[in-house]
Amino acid sequence: MLGEGILKGLAETARNFAGSFVSKERLTTVEYPEQRIPTAENARVFPFLVYDGTDWEAGLRCVACQICEKECPPKCIYIEKSKDKKPDYVGKMQIYPVRFDIDVSVCMSCQICVEVCPFEAIKMDTDFELSTTDRFGGLLHDRKQLARSNEYYHTIHPTEAAEVDGRLAEEKVKAEVKAKAAAEAAAAKAAAAAAAPPKPAEAAPPARPAETATAPKPAGGGE
Amino acid sequence: MSAPTADISIQLARQEGWNRPPVIEPDGEGELLELAMGPHHPSTHGVFRMDVALDGERVVRLKPVFGYLHRNHEKIAESTSYLASMPYTDRLDYFCSLTNNWAYALAVEKLVGQEVPERAEYLRVILAEFTRIQNHASSIGFLLQEMGASGTPLMYAFREREKILDLFESLTGSRMMCNYMRFGGCRVDASPAWLDAARKVVAELPEFVDEFESFLRTNEILTARTQGMGILRPELAVNAGITGPMLRASGVNYDIRKVDRYGIYDRFKFRVPLGDHWDIYDRYMVRMLEMRESIGILEQALKDIPGGPVMDPKAKIRGFRPKPGEAYGRIEAPKGELGFYLISDGSPNPYRYRVRPPSLINLTVLEDMCLGHNVADVVLIFGSVDIVLGEVDR
Amino acid sequence: MLQQADQIFILLRNWIVGFLPAGWQTAAGVVLGVIGIVVVFPSLFAIAVLMERKGLGRMQNRLGPNRVGPFGVLQPIADAIKSLTKEDIVPLNADAVVHFLAPVYLVVVAFMGFAVLPVGRNMVLVDMDASLLFYFAMGASTEVSIFMAGWSSRNKYSLLGAMRAVAQMISYEVPLLMSSIVIVMMTGSLSLVKIVEAQNQYTWGLPHWYIFTPWGLAGFVMYAISATAETNRSPFDLPEGESELVAGYFTEYSGFKFALFFLGEYLGMLSISGLGTTLFLGGWSAPLAALNWVPSWIWFFSKVMLSIVVLIWVRGTLPRLRQDQLMNFAWKFVIPMTLLNLFVAALWRFMGDGWLRWVVCSSILISVYVVAGRTGMQREHFGPRSYRYAE
Repeated sequence: MLGEGILKGLAETARNFAGSFVSKERLTTVEYPEQRIPTAENARVFPFLVYDGTDWEAGLRCVACQICEKECPPKCIYIEKSKDKKPDYVGKMQIYPVRFDIDVSVCMSCQICVEVCPFEAIKMDTDFELSTTDRFGGLLHDRKQLARSNEYYHTIHPTEAAEVDGRLAEEKVKAEVKAKAAAEAAAAKAAAAAAAPPKPAEAAPPARPAETATAPKPAGGGE
Repeated sequence: MSAPTADISIQLARQEGWNRPPVIEPDGEGELLELAMGPHHPSTHGVFRMDVALDGERVVRLKPVFGYLHRNHEKIAESTSYLASMPYTDRLDYFCSLTNNWAYALAVEKLVGQEVPERAEYLRVILAEFTRIQNHASSIGFLLQEMGASGTPLMYAFREREKILDLFESLTGSRMMCNYMRFGGCRVDASPAWLDAARKVVAELPEFVDEFESFLRTNEILTARTQGMGILRPELAVNAGITGPMLRASGVNYDIRKVDRYGIYDRFKFRVPLGDHWDIYDRYMVRMLEMRESIGILEQALKDIPGGPVMDPKAKIRGFRPKPGEAYGRIEAPKGELGFYLISDGSPNPYRYRVRPPSLINLTVLEDMCLGHNVADVVLIFGSVDIVLGEVDR
Repeated sequence: MLQQADQIFILLRNWIVGFLPAGWQTAAGVVLGVIGIVVVFPSLFAIAVLMERKGLGRMQNRLGPNRVGPFGVLQPIADAIKSLTKEDIVPLNADAVVHFLAPVYLVVVAFMGFAVLPVGRNMVLVDMDASLLFYFAMGASTEVSIFMAGWSSRNKYSLLGAMRAVAQMISYEVPLLMSSIVIVMMTGSLSLVKIVEAQNQYTWGLPHWYIFTPWGLAGFVMYAISATAETNRSPFDLPEGESELVAGYFTEYSGFKFALFFLGEYLGMLSISGLGTTLFLGGWSAPLAALNWVPSWIWFFSKVMLSIVVLIWVRGTLPRLRQDQLMNFAWKFVIPMTLLNLFVAALWRFMGDGWLRWVVCSSILISVYVVAGRTGMQREHFGPRSYRYAE
């Protein structure tokens, strides 16, 4: 208690001063924007919409089910459904969002929209340098700004994207198997009906097998 | 209001003769200098105001004024679903988002009677103890910063905190607003790589804690400024509902991890440090010793963590409608007892959602601790309460 | 040749003055000397400010400023431009005349102190017989300007800060003087030039600097503590305590007046370091006899900058002392130690040459320090504690 604590403190500071020239641990500054810290793979900043293939409008996975809009805590997603339909990745006709706006200034990056989406259509991006000079609309990102390709998703979250692709491929295979089985059943039924006397109201609509085949996987409990 | 408490601290000073400047009663002539410290102030831990009345340099009256950060958290929760309130709980005590998440998840699980798989419980304990370590390290760093050490020890504490935050980011996706616990487990599983990284961080922690502790123990200026200051008597602490390290530094043995044994805390061996002198120095030393105990718990948990699912398969994420009822879930957050009180009326949104904020309740004794001290000491005493305005004002 | 390098500024001055008629020569010589001081010391101030920011940054595991110029070298110029172009706000209720005069007075008085410091061999602006006395008179006047600043701002925070600052500076004037009196006693003169010359002797190649004697070392330590307190530096910077009173007595100042306060504070630091090197570290004399070929003013400035580095180092390490602890420390510990130091120095002179006086003087000082320190700490119940645990 005679001042040696002070001297020890001085020695510690001197050690840090000298060390800051030689070791990386004693100088932790990263001079942004020339140097950047690599983002962690799991980092989540703001959402984006995934599209398959090259045409973002045709390949957009989102089917405007509006689940993410309902579950979003600060209600920053605005969706408008379309009147017509376009085919999705297994070929079934789905509606698509005519307007899908996310107000990035309100979004709190909680990732609940990603968790509840049944179609793997919305994922989290890692780009945080989104500042803009447009005060009034610059941070309201519309469908075109939000759409990014599946390849981009692979570059930012490789393991997650590989997992999602695997799942979607599985679903596609299952859907095809089911469609084939249903088509065979319908063909068998039609053959049986042709053999038997024709009954009125026979028409089993051919669209029915395709509909049951592409039951989208319900979200259930987490992944 | 001020007369009885002033008497207590004057008597205390006379009895025990602690390191406190001699107390002079305001002599009736001469005005009191009324000062408002804050809300724009470099050392009030956020937007917080203290209206102090000074007699010379001595504090005669102190009134805390807060509410500058009120964000209607409880009202918002009444109009959003249970799951959607989870990211808002991150932002209560924004230093320790994972313990907030856990307290809320505990309350909801009590409400519906939900079970949690074992691996999820282990992960919860691991993350909570990491949170405790980084919170206590920052708190001690802030003390030294306020005493004018120009932030040098604060930088050391933050260097360690960065390692822990990097772990959080690679697991939950975000450094501070983690949003990780769910009703029935955790959101994603931790990979073996993450567990190895966590073990590496834990292996490096004891050396840092030793370095930090030597700062506290041997620095004469620090001991001269904090020992004998801001005494909080155990009876007053218990009567005022103080919890957390403040209570344990006043010598009362009450740690919710030992009392309630929520989660799987009864499987871990750890001790609860207690203070005997009830002053600022004790509070910081209790936090320091708790950091060591947390390291012990982490080592045990990381060794024993089993495999399995991290989410109860029967848990519902969407369409969550608990039956009408009420539940109160509480945990030992780094700041004290954090509790959530929920009343459900069968709809997807809670009927009443109430947060018991430890920082706010610990602030009620601020005046009693500060009477008779100098203005410079008020800042230190206030820092030793360790509040976060997000929690005080919700 | 080396002689010329050592005396280069004197020769330069004589050469310029030679162009003027005889009646004007002394006045012109003095004016040139003043210009020299006014140019050199503010540039040292700029260097000191930059060193402080970069040094503190490195101690805190970060880079200091490094955007303006390579390694941030032009940062002081950027700061100067900023402070000149900021709006000069004077509070409505403030006493405008005093508010204006306070920083001006501070800078003027700080500059006066440099007039008597011997910067090199034959290089002192004014050679007075009682130059030490003049220096202390100027140094004490800086307190007036601080109180002027705090009072005129009509702001409770500033007033608190100013009162604390004045109380602190007055209480540390006494140890400052008392630790210098030992030097005066041993040299037998109040003139700074003679004090340096007395130290400019060498035995076995080692100099006779006063810091190398027991009483000189003790005196230097107490001088350093008092100097840190006089210039309101950490750990004694409660008056400008950033975390408590925002900026203390210069809360209400902005723009160029704030820059002048800053300049005044650093000039005070430089001049007190200058005095410290003159009294204890041998002024412009070289550390070894063999190094006498280096010009003397280089030695002086390097010692001053070394003291500044130590001041910055201490600032980056230690937390602040509270006001009453500061004053307790001054009156109850430092002043008695300085009195003891006087006694020990007298004993030194009385015992005559030889190794015995080294042993006796050192042992007296060390034992008293240890005993006083121990009892002081014990009385206050300070010290490490042990904690109990519950299971």
